[in-house]
Amino acid sequence: MSKVHIELTVNGKAHESLVEPRTLLIHYLREDLGLTGAHIGCETGHCGACTVDIDGMSVKSCTMFAAQADGAEILTIEGVAAPDGTLHALQESFREMHGLQCGYCTPGMIVRAHRLLQENPRPTEAEIRAGISGNLCRCTGYQNIVKAIQHAAATLAGEPFQEAAE
Amino acid sequence: MIPANFAYHSPSTVEEAVGLLARLGDEARALAGGHSLIPMMKLRLSAPEALVDLSRIAALKGVREEGSEVVIGAMTTQHQLLQDPILAQTLPLIPETSAVIADPQIRYRGTLGGNVANGDPGNDMPAVMMTLDATYTLAGPNGERAVKAREFYQGAYFTAAEDGEILTAVRIPVPPAGAGFAYEKLKRKVGDYATAAAAVQLTMKAGAVETIAIGLTNVSETPLLAEDAMAILAGARLEPEVVDRAVAAAEAITNPASDGRGPAEYRTAMAGVMLRRALARAAARAQA
Repeated sequence: MSKVHIELTVNGKAHESLVEPRTLLIHYLREDLGLTGAHIGCETGHCGACTVDIDGMSVKSCTMFAAQADGAEILTIEGVAAPDGTLHALQESFREMHGLQCGYCTPGMIVRAHRLLQENPRPTEAEIRAGISGNLCRCTGYQNIVKAIQHAAATLAGEPFQEAAE
Repeated sequence: MIPANFAYHSPSTVEEAVGLLARLGDEARALAGGHSLIPMMKLRLSAPEALVDLSRIAALKGVREEGSEVVIGAMTTQHQLLQDPILAQTLPLIPETSAVIADPQIRYRGTLGGNVANGDPGNDMPAVMMTLDATYTLAGPNGERAVKAREFYQGAYFTAAEDGEILTAVRIPVPPAGAGFAYEKLKRKVGDYATAAAAVQLTMKAGAVETIAIGLTNVSETPLLAEDAMAILAGARLEPEVVDRAVAAAEAITNPASDGRGPAEYRTAMAGVMLRRALARAAARAQA
């Protein structure tokens, strides 16, 4: 089968590649580009660990072919922090609020939350829970992930974080 | 999980896509959002020799009003249906349904055309399109033709679409102002197919149902239009005895599988419960 020529931008850097049509985007990112931040979890489109941002949409990169990303602008967890290494407010908030334990789901959670806050800068708790419903975490029970996203939303809005009553 | 290899085509017009499918023959498949087909390919349950990706065909995207109809391009995503101002105004049953399909990531990719065309009885939009009396536009080597959603579904994964045809658009008559609507779906968790679901669209007049359509999801080999239940309710007041008879008539046409979502008897009963809830909510929303 003939390979497909793709040109795309990942975390601000232009890439040009020849890929087999069957190459899944997650494999291209991890194996061809060495960006191993997005994780392979369930491989069936359920867990969200492979979530990356493509042209303003959160996408499960295990359920898309690299060939389909020709011309796309992609953000992975590696591109979320500032170029000088300063963590994004979401990353700081996940640390501050203990939004991770084993960390396996975290890249997908943060990239998904990043898009959620672009679309809805001050989401309610219910909106956060619905917004991350395509991302599974088997450690935290989600409580601290929700808090971390609320904390980040407050930080980005320049407002004090008010913890919701339990 | 790595799919079998295939040749990848990415046409920019419907004519080009139809030509490719005609030339490539039986072993080629059209690719829409990919969230049914790609998982099947990864499991090697499907191994097409060629994929014709429809995602770069601009003419297949978007929602527009045409006279008394709303026309939705087949490659319009669930996420776009949720955000669309025309649908919010004229056909709110559609975004209400999109909201309970899969999860946010999948709704960014999954399309209306993919959902209605692949014939999976678990998909939610087919019963909704039967309820709304939608018409599907199919493009093939012999040109375009129109097929009613109510006549499209023939069996699980078996539809009126011929080999080589692509579903390009869905045309839906705009319901009268003040129509009530509801989609009620029972599922075990986010992302699951329905244990049972019911769609209702109705108009009310002087305290009675004037017109009504009812669709049922995932309780048979195909989506169902509950015609006997519709006939019982049309012209009637929604009194308990009438609703009981209509629910019994709807339950009678179900034939669900016993599976992880529950035994068949339970799923039939849940179809009845979803219909009761959808009826109540649609009636409360209707303006007489």
